[in-house]
Amino acid sequence: MAADVHIWWIGADAPDDRLMEAVRARTAAAFGIQSRLYRHPDRPHQAFDPRRGQHWSTAILRWIVARDQPGLRTLAITDADLFIPVLTFVYGEAQLGGRAAVVSTMRLALEQTGRHDTALVTDRIVKECVHELGHTFGLLHCDTPGCVMQRSVNLIEVDAKAVALCGSCEARFRALREKDGHHEQGTHPHPRG
Amino acid sequence: MSKERTRILVVDDEEIVRESLSGWLAKDGYTLATAQDGPTALEMLRQARWSILLVDLKMPGMDGLQVLESSKQLQPDVAVVIMTAYATVETAVEAMKAGAYDYLVKPFDPEELSLMMVKIVAQQTLVRENVLLRKVLKRDFHFRDMVSKNPAMHRMFDLAKSAAKSQSTILILGESGTGKELLARAIHAESPRQAAPFVAVSCAALTETLLESELFGHEKGAFTGALARRKGRFELAHGGTLFLDEIGDISPKLQLDLLRVLEERRLVRVGGTEPVDVDVRIIAATNRDLKKAVADGQFREDLFYRLNVIPILLPPLRDRREDVPLLIEHFLERLGVETGRRIEGVSADALAALMRHDWPGNVRELRNVLERGMVVAKDTIVQAEDLGLSAAGIRTEAFDPNLTLDEVERRHITAVLQHTGGNVTQAARTLDIDRVTLYNKIRKYGLRRGDDDGFAGG
Repeated sequence: MAADVHIWWIGADAPDDRLMEAVRARTAAAFGIQSRLYRHPDRPHQAFDPRRGQHWSTAILRWIVARDQPGLRTLAITDADLFIPVLTFVYGEAQLGGRAAVVSTMRLALEQTGRHDTALVTDRIVKECVHELGHTFGLLHCDTPGCVMQRSVNLIEVDAKAVALCGSCEARFRALREKDGHHEQGTHPHPRG
Repeated sequence: MSKERTRILVVDDEEIVRESLSGWLAKDGYTLATAQDGPTALEMLRQARWSILLVDLKMPGMDGLQVLESSKQLQPDVAVVIMTAYATVETAVEAMKAGAYDYLVKPFDPEELSLMMVKIVAQQTLVRENVLLRKVLKRDFHFRDMVSKNPAMHRMFDLAKSAAKSQSTILILGESGTGKELLARAIHAESPRQAAPFVAVSCAALTETLLESELFGHEKGAFTGALARRKGRFELAHGGTLFLDEIGDISPKLQLDLLRVLEERRLVRVGGTEPVDVDVRIIAATNRDLKKAVADGQFREDLFYRLNVIPILLPPLRDRREDVPLLIEHFLERLGVETGRRIEGVSADALAALMRHDWPGNVRELRNVLERGMVVAKDTIVQAEDLGLSAAGIRTEAFDPNLTLDEVERRHITAVLQHTGGNVTQAARTLDIDRVTLYNKIRKYGLRRGDDDGFAGG
């Protein structure tokens, strides 16, 4: 079956297979789409800013678009800390209505309680992956409490929201998807699966 | 204000900053645009309305502070946030002094930026709602220049509106400072006579002879100094409305003269013989109990009934305290226009003091207290201490050993007039001088009294 989203691990360390599988399964469930894991051999070294010691997320998105499969969406996951030039950090970035998204596990994995909580960290990463993918489908930030499309600027806000879209985002997603589907069929007739 | 209606303009010479900031904010649903320099930004401000400007401080040519200054002139309500790469106290102070909403040091924390945007949008939404509410207030609580949400006042407004359509004589009863002349003007403005003159005479301000000449006019040579024929107020008000204030204070002779004019609708100028027809609508007003004056034999009963066709009672401010906040807003807006000084409101303490006060001088006193508060206020909020109201509700003046006798007299007269709510007769009695002397002193010291606005003083 053709995949709608490719999920790449582009971190420096080896991927956590259980985490990657959780992201694949739960993003697929959240949007009702097909997701597939893909091990990309390259790394976006040029996105690294030595002055800040962080990776520029927008440069990673450009790097993805130069390598991805047209007609598909690509979600890259990294253990590098991400930034955009005006901000100290971002958890992730996506092209609004585009085809690339990136999420960093680095700050989401930070321990707050003094003990590592794998399930909590996995939840956070999944939420941010669903959130950034939502942007690629054209969804904006949502003010509904608990909706995964709420903007989160700290871990408390990430933890406070669910993995799922709220009713109105769900409806908007379906409408956008319908429009997007027609468009994709016309423009990219041979998606790789 | 919804997010789509919040229009943000990012002004920065660095493309990377413009792109990343606008991209980040666009995902919140705001409408975004960018400008690469100050002149481009100002051109965009001339062409469309913007809610928020995020402006880089250091740009070649026109810097951020210049953009801030010009943008505030073009759109005073726009919230300008200055972005700077170096945090210095001087920069921050300069930006805030120039009217910036806030400033951000690059790179900024996402939480800080997000909260700032939410705060600005919430504030602008409140301002918009406030403007809408004010419009509703104006529609619902206004009768021309009078504002009230008191049910008795609204019944009075209804009566006044109906009375305005008729030709009947109206007698306005109310304490000093309740707005009798304002009501008379409102009635005139609502009447079919609105295009003709509204002429006001304060009957207590003049001696009997002067008032007679003032009302009915005089012929050349009627008395020493009558060098030419002069039309009186009745004739000047022909076709319109004549407002006779403090009617309870006129002498018995004038009461009779007035009664004749009202009955015959014609008058004879002082020193003249030819009758002159006059078509005027009379609105009389007094703060005295005319029925009692009739019973005491001080006021003609026939004149009382001639005037008391449609009596309208203006309640004192202490009986409609719920109007105080509404009147504060009304006067601050008015005074702001008159003085060119922008005052946003009064502090909670000041409001409590204003609500507690007994207002012997009624609405006029409230206006004077607010005018003083506006002058004394150090910033855009009037504080309790700016009002000069003592705990007992009496205005206080500090002793100043450098004052001249004239200045002391001016201040004392002002204070007494404010205490009597502008009632000259009562003030003259307190000061133990006659009314005409007091009027002369009011003129001498330039204690303005016009349009029921009361006395302006220290």
